[in-house]
Amino acid sequence: MSDPLRGGGPPARIDRRLAIKWILAAGAGALLVDPLSLTAAGPAAVPGTGYGTDPAMTRPNRPGDCWPLTLSEAERRDVAALCDVILPADDRSPSASQVGVPDFIDEWISAPYPSQAKDRKAITEGLDWLRGASRARFGAAFADATAAERLALCEEIAHEAPTGSELEVASRFFRRFRNLTSAGFYTTPVGMKDLGYVGNVPLATFDGPPADLVAKLGLTGEVGW
Amino acid sequence: MAFVDPDTAKGRYDVIVVGSGAAGGQAAYTLTMEGARVLMLEAGRNYDSRTETPMFKTLDQAPLRDSGTPGKPFGFFDATIDGGWSVPGEPYTNASTERGREFKWWRARMLGGRTNHWGRISLRNGPYDFKPRSRDGLGFDWPISYGDLAPYYDRVEMLIGVYGTNEGLENTPNSPQGVLLPPPKARIGELLARQRGRGLGIPVIPAHRAVLSRALDHKSVPARLHPGNLKAQRILAEDMQGRAACFWATPCGRGCAIRANYQSTTVHIPPALATGNLDILPNAMAREVTVDASGKATGVSYIDKRTGFEHRVTGRVVVLAAGACESARLLLNSKSTVFPAGLGNSSGLVGKYIMDTVGASWGGQIPLLESTPPHSEDGAGGDHCYTPWWLYKEQLAGKLGFARGYHVEFTTGRQMWAGYSAMAEGAGGSTSYGLRLKEEARRYHGSYVSFTGRGEMIPNEDSYCEIDPGVTDKWGIPVLRFNWKWSDHETRQVAHMQRTFADWIAAMGCTSANRPGADGSKAIEPGGSIIHEVGGAIMGAKASASVTNSWSQTWDAKNVFVADGAVFASNADKNPTLTIMALAWRTADRILGELRRGNL
Repeated sequence: MSDPLRGGGPPARIDRRLAIKWILAAGAGALLVDPLSLTAAGPAAVPGTGYGTDPAMTRPNRPGDCWPLTLSEAERRDVAALCDVILPADDRSPSASQVGVPDFIDEWISAPYPSQAKDRKAITEGLDWLRGASRARFGAAFADATAAERLALCEEIAHEAPTGSELEVASRFFRRFRNLTSAGFYTTPVGMKDLGYVGNVPLATFDGPPADLVAKLGLTGEVGW
Repeated sequence: MAFVDPDTAKGRYDVIVVGSGAAGGQAAYTLTMEGARVLMLEAGRNYDSRTETPMFKTLDQAPLRDSGTPGKPFGFFDATIDGGWSVPGEPYTNASTERGREFKWWRARMLGGRTNHWGRISLRNGPYDFKPRSRDGLGFDWPISYGDLAPYYDRVEMLIGVYGTNEGLENTPNSPQGVLLPPPKARIGELLARQRGRGLGIPVIPAHRAVLSRALDHKSVPARLHPGNLKAQRILAEDMQGRAACFWATPCGRGCAIRANYQSTTVHIPPALATGNLDILPNAMAREVTVDASGKATGVSYIDKRTGFEHRVTGRVVVLAAGACESARLLLNSKSTVFPAGLGNSSGLVGKYIMDTVGASWGGQIPLLESTPPHSEDGAGGDHCYTPWWLYKEQLAGKLGFARGYHVEFTTGRQMWAGYSAMAEGAGGSTSYGLRLKEEARRYHGSYVSFTGRGEMIPNEDSYCEIDPGVTDKWGIPVLRFNWKWSDHETRQVAHMQRTFADWIAAMGCTSANRPGADGSKAIEPGGSIIHEVGGAIMGAKASASVTNSWSQTWDAKNVFVADGAVFASNADKNPTLTIMALAWRTADRILGELRRGNL
């Protein structure tokens, strides 16, 4: 029966076949791409893979829970060794590998998202370079080289290399790896404690900055509205 | 009455409210507390902040350390679910992909909509903001003035709880005595910004945010909000006691399990449900407003997202509160013999004059703030201070080269995420590693300051949305196509923002030599990215030049009201949420009165 309230040609409506197809796709699980959404024109990427748009936020998540980790055993050993050159243990906190940063880096470069895919290319290429260079110079994988050898190799690529030089790619890799290591470490409770981050605990009152800090910076006159 | 499904949402309701965010929540609250029977349609799923908020989770408990992904643009722990600038199966298009011509449309398909994650910044529009054309000849005046909305700002602030102070600054209205909650103390970086801003003539005052810095006054507020309505007073008093004061930890953007900040789901919907007058129908994607042969609305047709089938609900009044662009889309898709171009569109103005907020940032590392002693700076989970626009006189005198102002928001301090976001870029281009990197991280933590400008965009003929004739979403509903263009007013404003911020951080002792470029069109954030889109069904004094009258009532159908930001005739620098709520309350009051008078 036609709808007397609708003028002109009716816009395309969802039909039963389409509805059923959509239900099946939705029921197949969050990790599948919704096939119907791929047919629709839109300006942005389709977030059909990964943890989707409605993950359980209160459940604990560990690297590997949302998508498989992909580094080989040999790569993981080199990653752990490189992490610890970047953030070694000292008297205030353990090293990056001791708090699971290699797992985070593996999770990051294994993620099914466009921005991480770019890092995946840079990191795996960089690890290849590291392995090749280490073998050529020390006759051992990076992870099996001596601490002094590992440091020497890193020192070569740790600073920005001139554009077009043979170390340019390795140097870009190192800086990105350094930032990922730092991000991985300082987001753990151990890393936050090292920084002196003491928030994320409920307080009865918010007291503002310590009075001696305020005085030291000459800001006592600014306190109070 | 409570949560219903297509089989049980069969009654004849007084009002159908489409949307459950700031506008839908407020409209439903006011209507149900005063006795109207309301059905609320929400396109997303039900959401319970008490059980679903990841309070106290550290970043290493989230995939990718809580970094944004296409499915969760603000990170895994952000309260938004089934939302973002792209929603699977619910596309939109842009007429141009040229730089500066694209509009990014944020949606949040969940109960409470985007109020679950918003920044809680709650600023009143001032008197100038309702009459901008009268001041500088640009854009449109609203058919209402500040005085019309002021009593509703008072009510909303008392209901949701807003901290802040009355400073009496130009076009920055005071609230009546006793309405605002006390502001939290300033963080060290905010104090430094305040001191050094003074030398540049820039004021810094307490922010206004919808966070309970102390528990609400459940003894006196209910009677002030609902005089003579004992049932509403009792319900509200009880509900207010279920909202705890902020305990100064965990980010507001994750939502708040203790209900210390405003979300529609924690503030508006619980008391509305307690009245027994509210039914909520989740997973209901509104398709169109149905009308009878005379052009009067009969209800709403919607797709049940769980089955894909279409249903109808009926009511005496329809309130659109789906978000500015979604409400415009609904009106445009409501085609009938009476309204062949869409409901409310007799003026041809539905979808026209959409506006976002103008946004740009600049920041740097401040040596004076290095190595501060450890202390919690989580605070109220957002700004404690801000800078209202301060150059009205210079602007009116034509000295600035752009017509409207901006306010400034600050990001400072020893924040949970600051440990890595700042280090990830390296301090001053540092390439250190090893023990030196650890030492630098300790020294620099909390020493970064970022200023964010939020400015007024003037409505223009090139920024509008329309129905894309060739594209439908996965339910077969025609989608929006956006057209966008900034004017020189906006790009010059952005250049001014960045220049000002660079001077400001230099005055705070930042030693970086980086300076912003002079071309604001390179720095302006894309349309829609600030998620303050308003307009598309603007209110006005004449039916030929607007979509609704001063009561947010469509000129075409007297029982259809637009309660959200779509009716904004201008988009002041003040974040729109508080004004949306004040307008929604006023609209609901009007509906109640008109129902009582038998006019609807």
